[in-house]
Amino acid sequence: MKHRTFFWFFLPTGLAMVLFIAAPIVSVLIQSVFAPHEAVFRTVENCGPFGCVQETTIDQEATQSLREAQPLGRFVGLDIYLDRGHLAVAEVGAAWANSDSLGAFFDELGDLPFYRAMAFTLTYVFVCTPALIALGLVIALAVNTLTQRLKGLVIFFSLLPMIVTPLVGSLILFWMIDSRGVLGTLIAALADNPDLSLKASTVLMWISIIIYGIWSSAPFAFVVFYAGLQTLPQDQIEAAQIDGATRWQQVRFVIIPHLMPLITFVALIQLMDNFRVFEPILGFNASAHATTLSWIIFNDLGGETRQLSAAAATSVMTITGVAILLSPVLVRTWRDFRGKA
Amino acid sequence: MASQARRPSAGLRIATNSFVVIWLILAAFPFLWTLWGSFKVELDFFSIADWTNALTGSNTREAHGSAFTFAGYEGAWVQEEFWRNVINTFIVCFFVVMTSLTIGTLGGYALSRSGFKYVFWLLIIALIFRAMPPITLVAGYMLPFFEWNIWGILPTTIIVLVAINQPFTLWMLHSFFQNIPKELDESAKVDGCTQFQAFRYVIVPVMWPGVITTGLFSFLLAYNDFAVTSMLLSESNRTMIPEIAAFLGTTYTEGNVMFAVAAVVSATAPLFVLVMFFQRQIVSGLTAGAVKG
Repeated sequence: MKHRTFFWFFLPTGLAMVLFIAAPIVSVLIQSVFAPHEAVFRTVENCGPFGCVQETTIDQEATQSLREAQPLGRFVGLDIYLDRGHLAVAEVGAAWANSDSLGAFFDELGDLPFYRAMAFTLTYVFVCTPALIALGLVIALAVNTLTQRLKGLVIFFSLLPMIVTPLVGSLILFWMIDSRGVLGTLIAALADNPDLSLKASTVLMWISIIIYGIWSSAPFAFVVFYAGLQTLPQDQIEAAQIDGATRWQQVRFVIIPHLMPLITFVALIQLMDNFRVFEPILGFNASAHATTLSWIIFNDLGGETRQLSAAAATSVMTITGVAILLSPVLVRTWRDFRGKA
Repeated sequence: MASQARRPSAGLRIATNSFVVIWLILAAFPFLWTLWGSFKVELDFFSIADWTNALTGSNTREAHGSAFTFAGYEGAWVQEEFWRNVINTFIVCFFVVMTSLTIGTLGGYALSRSGFKYVFWLLIIALIFRAMPPITLVAGYMLPFFEWNIWGILPTTIIVLVAINQPFTLWMLHSFFQNIPKELDESAKVDGCTQFQAFRYVIVPVMWPGVITTGLFSFLLAYNDFAVTSMLLSESNRTMIPEIAAFLGTTYTEGNVMFAVAAVVSATAPLFVLVMFFQRQIVSGLTAGAVKG
């Protein structure tokens, strides 16, 4: 295909991606180093019969014209990144100097929004991902032993938690674990504590959200592994059986090595997707106990005061995090492409 | 043809079967429970006294004279005018899928038929774009959209969702078109077709299986999106999912949780039907990327 023809074929999709993905990333970068203008103050001295009074008022006109002249705001460099809402360098320094043990230091970190969000996000990513891979693998192995007609039925129901809108899925679970919901009642009965409420406890809330994460993503791992099992060469299994391998040994030394590329694939995809977890926090109404970077952006953008600069800075930090998690995927794609060429 | 050695022992068979049953319950029970409960009153769905009320609906019977009531649905669809959001959702989904497939097919076809090095780089860039969380992009849209006065309307959201969709669409269709033999359009070109004519008359008739699978995922992305639609649509133009989120803000105080429950069930039903009819395509789409690596 000639360069010219390629250009015209690719133009519409290329244009869409440049305008609405590349440009916003640049726009976010720029916004994150500008802060909104502060109001312009004017001090006037009013002199009356009882002496003079100094009065400070907001100069509406000057503020307005300044905002119009420089819609981006004033340039503040990295200040937003370093302020209390983000990396909070000063606060972290003070916490380090003031706390006498590591535990106290981490306690103080937990009060800072960015570190609080990171703590939950990383816990979520690194608990969910291995757990959903393990669960997906076990489901795939179990379903593979069923008869053909049952398989279709099981796959149908397994797809539901994954396909359903994340907000809707988390709401459905949240209503069930409500202290008046069916699972909430069951858990309270099991714990023999009628006042037990998942909503009131940070630890239980974290566990609930992580369970939601596993529930909603395990089907993806299951479907991918199940497809991989269909390509498993039978002669290898037979050879292992002749050598006297037990069922567990067959799984451990034949099936898992065969699925290894798929396990890596699922792990890489899920690390990235779990890093941007967001809807469950809203669905579980959990922002008092657990926040994530995406939730902070959403929170800054919504509401009456749209804090665009703060959101932009958090966005840049989120993109950086995604980029770190993405790099192994890129290396892998690069190698595949080299291998084919 | 299972040989004696391959047949699992009875114990193992029972263990795997019961595991599958447990998984089925985990996967399906929450949906069935919510569907059942959506026809009850709040006192039954969230029962303090006795959880079996949610099954039998004793409070529902007292309030409405029957164990099933459409009160939640009526509240959501009529009183809160949820149907407007449903219409908006289907407008958004329809145009996102159509536009996304049209420009994605052209782009994916071009990528699969060009042997130059920039194809690889374009695919890598698309992969990077695919990984960007939509919510981070939203922060970048706000200021320009306010400036140009295009914030809050459906067309803006549709274009944004199309763009966010493109990287995935390109990857799917690129690998799909690569499996259509090059000789087909080469021979058309030998017969005097231009590249576009070759695409139009030779490739288009055979591309539908791949396009339908890709379209399904475009639909799911548009349907399930929350970050973009909740931030870029004004209150009167909201689609279903942001509206459900908005319900929660108001209903917890008004005691109309059942409106939200009914809305959630309404929003899940189309997905249920979709999986029922397109299960094979969804599975093949999920595995396509993985198996090819």
